Amino acid sequence: MELRRQPWILAGDDRRSAAFLGTLLLVAILVPILNGAVPPTSSIHLSTYALTLVGKYMCYAMLALAVDLIWGYCGILSLGHAAFFTLGGYAMGMYLMRQIGPRGVYGDPVLPDFMVFLNWHSLPWFWYGFNHFVVAVVMMVLAPGLLALVFGWLTFRSRVTGVYFSIITQALSYALMLAFFRNDMGFGGNNGFTDFKEILGFDLHSDSTRVGLLLVTAIALAASYMACRAIVNSRAGRVMRAIRDAESRTRFLGYSVESFKLWVFVFSAVIAGVAEALYVPQVGIINPSEFAPINSIEVVIWVAVGGRGTLYGAAIGAVLVNYAKTYLTGAFPEVWLYALGSLFVLVTLFLPRGIAGLLARREKK
Amino acid sequence: MFRSELQVNSLLRKGVRWLFVLLLPALWGILPLHAQSKNDQVFLSTLNELREAEFDAKTAIVERLAQTGHSSVRAVLTAFLEDRLYFRNDNQMVVLVKSTEGDPATLDLIDPVSLKAAGSLAADQLTNIGTNNPLRRMIRTTVAHFGLGNPDPAVRLDAVRDMLRSLDEATLSILRERAGIETDPKVKKAIAAGLALAALNSSDAQERLDAISALRGSLNSDVRNKLAGLIEKSPDGNFVESDERVRAAAGIAVKVIDQWRTFYSGIETLFFGLSLGSVLVLVAIGLAITFGVMGVINMAHGELMMIGAYTTYVVQSAMPGHIGLSIILSIPAAFIVTGLTGIFIERTIIRFLYGRPLETLLATFGLSLILQQLVRSIFSALNREVKTPEWMSGTLQLNEALSITYNRLYIVFFTLIVFAILLAVLKRTRIGLDIRAVAQNRAMARAMGIRSEWVDAMTFGLGSGIAGVAGVALSQLTNVGPNLGQSYIIDSFMVVVFGGVGNLWGAFLGGMSMGIVNKLFEPYSGAVLAKILVLVALILFIQRRPRGLFPQTGRSSENS
Repeated sequence: MELRRQPWILAGDDRRSAAFLGTLLLVAILVPILNGAVPPTSSIHLSTYALTLVGKYMCYAMLALAVDLIWGYCGILSLGHAAFFTLGGYAMGMYLMRQIGPRGVYGDPVLPDFMVFLNWHSLPWFWYGFNHFVVAVVMMVLAPGLLALVFGWLTFRSRVTGVYFSIITQALSYALMLAFFRNDMGFGGNNGFTDFKEILGFDLHSDSTRVGLLLVTAIALAASYMACRAIVNSRAGRVMRAIRDAESRTRFLGYSVESFKLWVFVFSAVIAGVAEALYVPQVGIINPSEFAPINSIEVVIWVAVGGRGTLYGAAIGAVLVNYAKTYLTGAFPEVWLYALGSLFVLVTLFLPRGIAGLLARREKK
Repeated sequence: MFRSELQVNSLLRKGVRWLFVLLLPALWGILPLHAQSKNDQVFLSTLNELREAEFDAKTAIVERLAQTGHSSVRAVLTAFLEDRLYFRNDNQMVVLVKSTEGDPATLDLIDPVSLKAAGSLAADQLTNIGTNNPLRRMIRTTVAHFGLGNPDPAVRLDAVRDMLRSLDEATLSILRERAGIETDPKVKKAIAAGLALAALNSSDAQERLDAISALRGSLNSDVRNKLAGLIEKSPDGNFVESDERVRAAAGIAVKVIDQWRTFYSGIETLFFGLSLGSVLVLVAIGLAITFGVMGVINMAHGELMMIGAYTTYVVQSAMPGHIGLSIILSIPAAFIVTGLTGIFIERTIIRFLYGRPLETLLATFGLSLILQQLVRSIFSALNREVKTPEWMSGTLQLNEALSITYNRLYIVFFTLIVFAILLAVLKRTRIGLDIRAVAQNRAMARAMGIRSEWVDAMTFGLGSGIAGVAGVALSQLTNVGPNLGQSYIIDSFMVVVFGGVGNLWGAFLGGMSMGIVNKLFEPYSGAVLAKILVLVALILFIQRRPRGLFPQTGRSSENS
């Protein structure tokens, strides 16, 4: 996959890309200032809760990017992306668990609380090394990446497509959920990991660490956005779109459809894994219900609402749907599911190209 | 009078329950008139003597009670044995207590003569009538003896089984006596087994050998353990059984018994698998129509099942006291309610999305959220209880190693019936023909004058209606709550994909084999791991057969 050799931020029709990155930059600068520098009495002060919320939305936007890359540009609808992003989250969770050290309830210097509780005497082999941050970072890329590589290699090679692919990705994440619910898996069973103390020596509950996490997330979001854009604007990106629109024809033209699909799938899984890894320290918990197929479907829905095949649309969809969710579940918990449900029905019926499609239409006029 | 009641009892046990239901009010009408017959008085006064008697005297009283031949003797003595015989502190009358399990504050009383419920009383208003070991042994023998004299073979069989649990000389002699006059083959066999079991302790080696050959056909775990005990070594290194021939015979007998028990447990696993498979088929065939025939990924399929289950709840609440009937009426009711819901969904949403399967997924997912919240708003988020009719609970005991619960049995039959009806509708009716025609080639079907729009609505309605019928069955198996649908939606998609989209037989065989494979794994891996293994197996299977067990062939397969 050869990338284009030109300034890729400004490649092609990039006014909207620039607007997106600019907004992101603005948010990343403004939010910490409004939170830290503006006194709490001021009306434009942003609470730490809101700051964390912004950080969470950025993670969601990254997930949406990952799904849009494969669904919007390559026609691969994964209903099991939860499998990949949760694995990334678990890798981060394991590091954070090891960081607790002797401050756990049972005070064991090495074993996390749940292992002491289960009467385990030594660390399982797959927990070795997770006290080093570098190992954790490598694993949050490797674990989802390898799973996607193996799974994708098997399925794409046998030409499992369309609905079949969607359903078996769902089976994959469902199977992983069931597996992680088991205590003997060594990942904390039902309760997963929580009660984290610090990351890289910084207290997770302090405001400055939260600002730091927000900035890192913003950088990661911007980087993955630019990487995705680079991919879709490259020659490989055009082959991907060809696969989306006419897979057999692309194959007959001599392209190796399987390897294009496989690599973009793996890349998407890695972005998702990193997104969730950034998400875990901000929300302070990871448990097997993250694997639930409904989570994967929700990401797909953000992308559909935002407009697939546009990247920035996916990010907008993720932020808007989640903002609506936060607002409605707080203000009118009864109404939330009605609103969300009708939103999906109406968007698919009347806005097949999502919010981005709406924007594009207005621009043409 | 009492004999006639016993005969009714025996009819009841033979399964003609409706007769009993008809006769019962009549019996209750007659009973009080005879309630204080002479025999009753003797029985009651003898019973009341128990109150203050010493243990030795109690033995004599129990004997006298038995001699009255009163129909309640067995029940009263059984209660005595189980420590459920009390007397009231207020009027000093002896009463039976229904159950003392869990030390309840108030106890439900049973009248010792009529054996009918006699109100309830606080536990401290009652005094227990005590027993000791010799007394209990004596009562047990008496009870068993009584049971053996009962005209109903089922009661006799129970009595024999009771006696086998604690064999001693007294019970043995009763059994030997009974063996001579017993006519029922089942009871005869049980007695023979009991006698043979006792003969294993005989001092004569030949007698022991005969006993072993008589026991070889048994499936009872007590018998197996006893025989296995014969070939073991005692702690001092010698064999428990001194005779080598007996040891060899016992070894073979244990092997034979084990083989049969393995065989039957295999059959049981197979049956569990079939019943799980039936549930899977039931939840999947509605989807096999909407997803398979129409290409609509209906994420609201689970919620349609939920609506079916809630319909059952509503029908049952509307007719309290008729649990069995309400379940049967719920089946057409659920079909109509969910079928109409399905048609409504098709007309308002789905029809705008044909040919875009992945978008139907989003819209119907939104719909499923709305339906869930709707149910929460109407019925609250709590689970609703749907009662199970009596004829669906209990077990069918085929032999000592194999028993089958009725609800599993019914679900298998129910699935078969629903599947057969669905097949008949699709293959033998006009609408079925239309549905297949539109599924195969929409344009051609339209050209032949089929109103494809109407057929689409009917197809979706049919699939949804079947989902509702599945919901009725699920209401008998799990909790009826807003999340009922979600817990089955993945399973049903797996079944359809495994079987091959657009193929009812595929869904049927797929569901059944997934159920059986799941239950085959379960003893070795546990339930959760079995499910994971099935999912992984499914993922791997799809690699080999990307279009399921029975792939669609021909023109229509190109489009998906």
